[in-house]
Formats: sequence, structure tokens, C-alpha cells
Amino acid sequence: MEELLRRIVDNNLIVWFVMALLPLVWIVPYALVAVYLERKVSAHMQDRLGPMRTGGWHGWAQTIADILKLIQKEDIVPAAADRKLHLLAPFVVFIGSYAAFAAIPFSSAFVGSTVSIGLFYVISVSSIVVVGLLMAGWSSNNKWSLFGAMRSAAQIVSYEIPTALALLAVVMIAGTLNLQTINEQQAGWFWHWYMFRKFPFVFVAFIIYFVASLAETNRTPFDIPEAESELVAGYHTEYSGMKFALFFLAEYANMFAVSAIAATLFLGGWNSPFGDVLAGPVWGLFWFLSKGMFFVVIQMWLRWTLPRLRVDQLMYVSWKVLTPWAFACIVAIGAWMMF
Amino acid sequence: MTSQQICEKIRERFGPAIREAKTEGVPNPFVSVAPENLRDISLFLRDEADLACDSLMCLSGVDSGKGMLGAVYHIASTAHRHTVTLKVQVPAEKAEIPSVADIWPAANWHEREAYDLIGITFTGHPDLRRILLPDDWPGHPLRKDFKVPEFYHGMKVPY
Amino acid sequence: MAEVLTAPLKTSTGRTIRREEMVLNMGPQHPSTHGVLRLELVVDGEIVVDVIPHIGYLHRCFEKHCEAMTNYQQVIPYCDRMDYVAAIHMEWSYVLAVEKLLGIQVPERVEYIRVIFAELQRIASHLIAAGTYGLDIGAFTPFLYMFRERERILDLFEMTCGARLLYNYFWIGGLSHDLPPGFIDKAKAFCSYFRPKIKEYNDLLSYNEIFVKRTANVGVLPGDVAIAYGATGPMLRGSGVNWDLRRDDPYSVYNKFQWEVAVGKGEVGTVGDCWDRYMVRIREMEQSITIIEQALAGMPEGDVASAIPKRIRPNPGDVYVRTEAARGEIGFYVVSDGSATPYRIKARSPSFVNLSALPEICRGAMIADVVAIAGSTDIVLGEVDR
Repeated sequence: MEELLRRIVDNNLIVWFVMALLPLVWIVPYALVAVYLERKVSAHMQDRLGPMRTGGWHGWAQTIADILKLIQKEDIVPAAADRKLHLLAPFVVFIGSYAAFAAIPFSSAFVGSTVSIGLFYVISVSSIVVVGLLMAGWSSNNKWSLFGAMRSAAQIVSYEIPTALALLAVVMIAGTLNLQTINEQQAGWFWHWYMFRKFPFVFVAFIIYFVASLAETNRTPFDIPEAESELVAGYHTEYSGMKFALFFLAEYANMFAVSAIAATLFLGGWNSPFGDVLAGPVWGLFWFLSKGMFFVVIQMWLRWTLPRLRVDQLMYVSWKVLTPWAFACIVAIGAWMMF
Repeated sequence: MTSQQICEKIRERFGPAIREAKTEGVPNPFVSVAPENLRDISLFLRDEADLACDSLMCLSGVDSGKGMLGAVYHIASTAHRHTVTLKVQVPAEKAEIPSVADIWPAANWHEREAYDLIGITFTGHPDLRRILLPDDWPGHPLRKDFKVPEFYHGMKVPY
Repeated sequence: MAEVLTAPLKTSTGRTIRREEMVLNMGPQHPSTHGVLRLELVVDGEIVVDVIPHIGYLHRCFEKHCEAMTNYQQVIPYCDRMDYVAAIHMEWSYVLAVEKLLGIQVPERVEYIRVIFAELQRIASHLIAAGTYGLDIGAFTPFLYMFRERERILDLFEMTCGARLLYNYFWIGGLSHDLPPGFIDKAKAFCSYFRPKIKEYNDLLSYNEIFVKRTANVGVLPGDVAIAYGATGPMLRGSGVNWDLRRDDPYSVYNKFQWEVAVGKGEVGTVGDCWDRYMVRIREMEQSITIIEQALAGMPEGDVASAIPKRIRPNPGDVYVRTEAARGEIGFYVVSDGSATPYRIKARSPSFVNLSALPEICRGAMIADVVAIAGSTDIVLGEVDR
């Protein structure tokens, strides 16, 4: 992709600018579709229909209508709120979610940056989201927002550990942190995917990663920070209009980011499950996006099925269940590799 | 135990305290007692083994007319499945009745409501303040001589 | 407790740090307080030290209005509006009180129809209680499944008296309308449709591990404390006390029916925790279906309006009548001075008394638990404030 752009415009700055904005070409339409999909999936699971009127056929234009509404809404900032932080917070959250896409390969031909510490970069930069959430909760000058922000910070920081450990299990086998290389190592039929290697340990690591990533994105059953029925809306209670839309966009971008990492490391990324059949750079993009969407839909499915955990139970699950099991996986895989 | 028997038991312990007792010919038999003896009778009803009245069903404040306010206690026993009704009358100018909130915790909010709406002060209540109406509402609405205020905080009340 | 929380802390360098409790308002507008209830929470981090409920936001002066009525029948729509979720129970208790004052006996057909509608209303009310409880805990889907069932019950109500929520159906001495043709078949169809749904709710919500973790051993209310606080209904039965007014202080024709009283046994936690109260409601729905089926089978013929008096002028006197509403014991204390206007009507509503026990069981819980406990007491602010 990069070579293609350089042939068109021989200017480093423009090439990098375009490369940086390319994932946005996917993220923005994806967010529109994902919001609509969530409403439809939740509706059909709840024995009702969901949006049916906006735009005619099954309300396909519902999200577009919502965006138009949010754009023209008055931006209300509480009188006693910290204006600069209040303004900055949604951007920090979105930046944290979006920057992770720089190192995730969308296809064999496109990866934002082939940095050799790819995975390490992805995990660390997505933690910037915590700073944004704390800024949002604090600057709103609202006790309930503060509660939501503090719970969220505690939750995300605690769940980084099982996430990183589970990913480490794959890195041990792959021997590299470069995500494009990890993708290339999973070429072939689907049993070459890391999920099925050194069975069942990497599979357990995959489950641990998936559960921990639900907590990273504040999705039910770990959505205590935005628990609608307790904290009204948690850290984004006092946000309206486009800033609220930005939080929403950041949440869906984050959902796709963690799904993309799961797909890349465990499910073969842009590799076709049928080996050489239906493979290639463009097909690779299709497979990658499909696997990412598959996890996104599972996240939605879980949201509408399970109740939410209380904050101390959430911490218990992270520290006393997921982390020890992740350690056990690593030890087992290490032992397997040695003998 | 029937209402007649319960009334007899109260009478043999607290004879002079009973002002009036009607156990026949009324849809709801009751015993009217003096306010000073209310607490002793209540403790007796709760702690006596064959009365065992452990549940206060309802405590209502009533404006009985003729310058008297009253409180009506409907008490029940879950073990023996009988009910007792006590009535207490006090003059409206000095409406004080001893609180039974420590005998039956259910009385706590009921007494606050009677204080709020009728204006009976329950002496010894741990937290006697208005419960349904705003804290600064003038008067006690369920009294028959209550006049609706014209304005409350600048809002016109009758419409 | 207060001194421990607010005592200043001395650091190792000799400075003093000031500490305070935080007062958090689960304000009148809140998604989980089931109405306009203000819970003032005094918290130390996530642990709740004290809960002070403030009510009265929905006070509509029911009792004062009754004293301005020209007729005892006019009070019935006001009774509906107290507990708008289970309006039939409110009507029934009041109508029984006035019928006792008048000393009239209603035809047997009226009694059977009243039982059927009361039990249908009980199911509808518990569906809301359980559905919104799941919503508070975070399970969004069972709420909609339960409302789907509730729509069927409201259809039955609408075909009989024309209203879905506030009926004005039970009149003093009888009913406003007889059963329409086709009602009995539709009711029987509903009974056989609903039974398997309870199994669906149990599979989806009741025994779900996360739901159990959130509600078991939370908000334990011991049985004797419950009786002392005057708690009734599922709140009392959830604490292990086997007390049901339909069986223990029977009214109407309940002594003709056989059913089991659901009592909390601490099946997944402690007796008297939130899960027990929730499960009592689920089991009561099942038992209500049993009662409805028996009543439909034994329904006699008759005229539902034959005993409705032309003029209602009870003799001077007073009466207290209690019945088993969906939320507990609803009692009406009616005082008559011999005229056609009620002299004093006091409504002893179950949620008012159940709510007074809330501070007792919330101390030491976490904020998320307060939501779970408040949901399990199943209050409707309309009847708390009247």
C-alpha cells in the first residue's frame, strides 16, 4: 500500500498522512453500521424489531439520523466543570483507541507501520484511554461521573495484566512482537492458526484474552463504569452533542481494535481459513474484517444476555481467576516448548 | 383468642386505663386507652405469651372532631392470628402521645406520617419530622379545620 | 462509625490529613429507584455507611381528596392510582372495607371473578418487578420477555373493563362489567401459554451465575426483624416467614382453592437475601396460575351487579380490612360518620412499610448493592406517597 502511494505522490508527509487516515475509512462506516447492528441484534434477541422506519427498509438510515441529530445539538458544559479538561477528554479517549490501529495489519498489503515491537505498542497505547476517562469523570464536577471514572480506571488497569499475559502466550510461540510476521506464521488452513496450536493452552489463553478484552472496552458483563441503572451514564453523563458522539465512536473503535487483535493473534488475521483458496491482498482484507466483525457481534450478544458484575467481583475475576490461569498457560506452553 | 378475651386480659391488667371498649356489634372491635398507659399496654400485648402481638399493621391519625385528635393502632399476631385495635384520644391543643417506635419499629414511619398530616407529636420518637409534605409546609392538612394556604414559595396553591 | 470515618489522619511527617464522608444523592431522578425516591447515601468509598430515604415527591393528597368526595364509589379510581402497577389489589381492599361497613354480601360469581382478576394482576405486577430487577442488575433482555407476557394479561383486562392499567372495575357490592364472551377460553389459553415461560425465566435469569452472585447473600433481612418492621408480602416471605393473608386471614373465596405459599429458603445464599425475595415472586406467579385455573373451572353463574347498593350510607363506625396485594399487605382504615361522604380513609400501603426497612438492610453494603436491594423491595412510589 505504501509503495502504491509513493508512486502516486512522491512526498513522505502526504504518504504518511494518508496511511494514518486509511483505517478511518473503515472505522467510521463500521461505527455507523455497528450501532445499527447493535440495535437490530439487541432488538431481535429481545423479541422486538428495532429501528424500522428511518430511511424506509428496516430503518437502515437510523444511525445517520442520529449523527445528524447529535451534530446540531447544543453543547452543554456544566457551569462548575473544568472546561479545558472537559473538552479534551473525548479526544484523548478516541486517540487512545485509534492509535492502536497503526500497528494492526489489515491485509498482507496494508499495515500502518511495520514497527518491530508492534504488539507491545498496541497494548501500551490503548491504555491512554484510561487517562481520557479519568479526565472526563473529574472534569464533569459530578460525583456520579467521578465514581464511574474511578471504577473504569481501576478496571482497565487491572485487566491489562491478564490481557498482556494471554498475548504473551502467543508471543512465546511466535518469537516476535511484529504483528505482520505473526500473521504470516499462520498461513495455511485454519488448523495453523495459533488458537489450535499447543492445544489446549493457547485456546485457554484465547478465552482469557477475550474475557479480559470485554473489560478493557467496558462492555457488559463488565460495564459497571457506565452502568446505566446505577450511575445514570457514568463518566459521560455530562456530555452532549458531538463530544458524546465522539465517546461513542471511541467505544466502537475500541471494540473493533480488541477484536482485531484477537483475530490477528489467535485466528490467523488476514489469512484465509482454506489455505490458498480465496487468498490474496484483497481477500485478506475481507477475511480480517470478517473475523473482527465476528468478535464484535459476539460482544454484542454477550451484552444483551448477561447481567453485570459488581466492581469488587470484577476485580476478583481479574486478579484471582484470569491472572493465575494466564500464568499457568504461559508456564505450560514454556514447558511444552522446551520438551 | 377472640376480641372479647383479649379485651378481658387487658382489663384485668390495666383496668382503670381503659376509657372505652366495644367488642360486640361493631365491624371492628376496639379498646380505647389513656395515652399515659399506651406504652405499658403495648409492651404487654407484645411480650405476653398468649397475646404475642409482634406486628403493628397500621397506625392512623384521625381528627375525631370536637377538638380531639386520635391515633388508632391496629396490631396483629402472626403466631396466634388474632388482631387488636387500640385507640387513643388527645386534645388538639396539646396533642402528645408516647411513641411506640421502639416497641414496634414499623411505627417509626407511621408516626411520622401522623405527625405530618394530623399534627400529633409522638414523644420519644427518634426522628420526628415531616415525611410526605415538604419540611416547611404550614399546618397539618388532615385536620378538619385546615385552611389551604394561598401561596407556597410564590406558587399559587388552590387552582 | 462516624468518628472513625472523619477522624483526622496523622502522617509520618507529622502533618494532619482531613477526612470527610461523602454524601451521594441517588436523587429523585434516577433510573433505578423505581420512581421519584431520593436515597441519601453516606458513603466511605464504595461502602455505604447510612441510607436515608426521602419520600413525598409523589404525594397527591389521596386521603384529603377522599374527604371531599360525595360518594364512596368515587374513591375507587383514586385507589387505582396508588399502586398503578397492581391497581386491582388496591381497589379490592377498599371495596371490601366499605362492604364490611355496609354489611353486604356479594354474589359468588363476583367473588370468583375478583379472585381471577386479582391473581392475573399479581402475575402482571410480579412480571414488572422481576423484569425491572433484571434491568437494574444489568440483564436487559428478560425485561422485554416479561413485558411480552404482560401484554397478554393486559389484553384480558382490556376486553373486560376497557382499561389496561387503571381499571375502576371492582365496585362496592359487585363489578362494573360482567365477563365478556370468550374470556374464559382466552384466560385458559393464557394459563397454558404462561407456565413454560417461567422455566424460560429461570434458565435465563434466576440461576444465571452472575445474577446469583449479585443478589445472593446481599441485603439479608432476618425473619423476626422483617415482622417487627411490618414488612409483608414477598419481602416477608423471602425472609422465611410463612405468612400469606390469602390463607392466614382469608377473605373472599380463597378458602376454596389449593395452592402452595412460596417461602424463601436460602437456596443459593442466606435466607432473606435479595435472591430469595426475587424467587418468591417467580414462584408466586406459578401459584397464581394454579389459582386462576381452579377459579375458571368452578365459576358459578349469576349477576355481577345485583348487590350494588343505590345509596351508600354506612352506619357510623370504622373498619380496618387488609388483603394480600402483589407487594404485601394493603390495608384500608375507613371511618364513617353516617353520611355519604367518607369521614377518614387511611391507606396502609405495603411499599411504605417495606421501604422503612431499607436503611436497616443497606448498612455496610456497596453502592451497587443498594441498587440490588432497593430493586428487591419492589416499591412503587405511587403507593408509598399516596
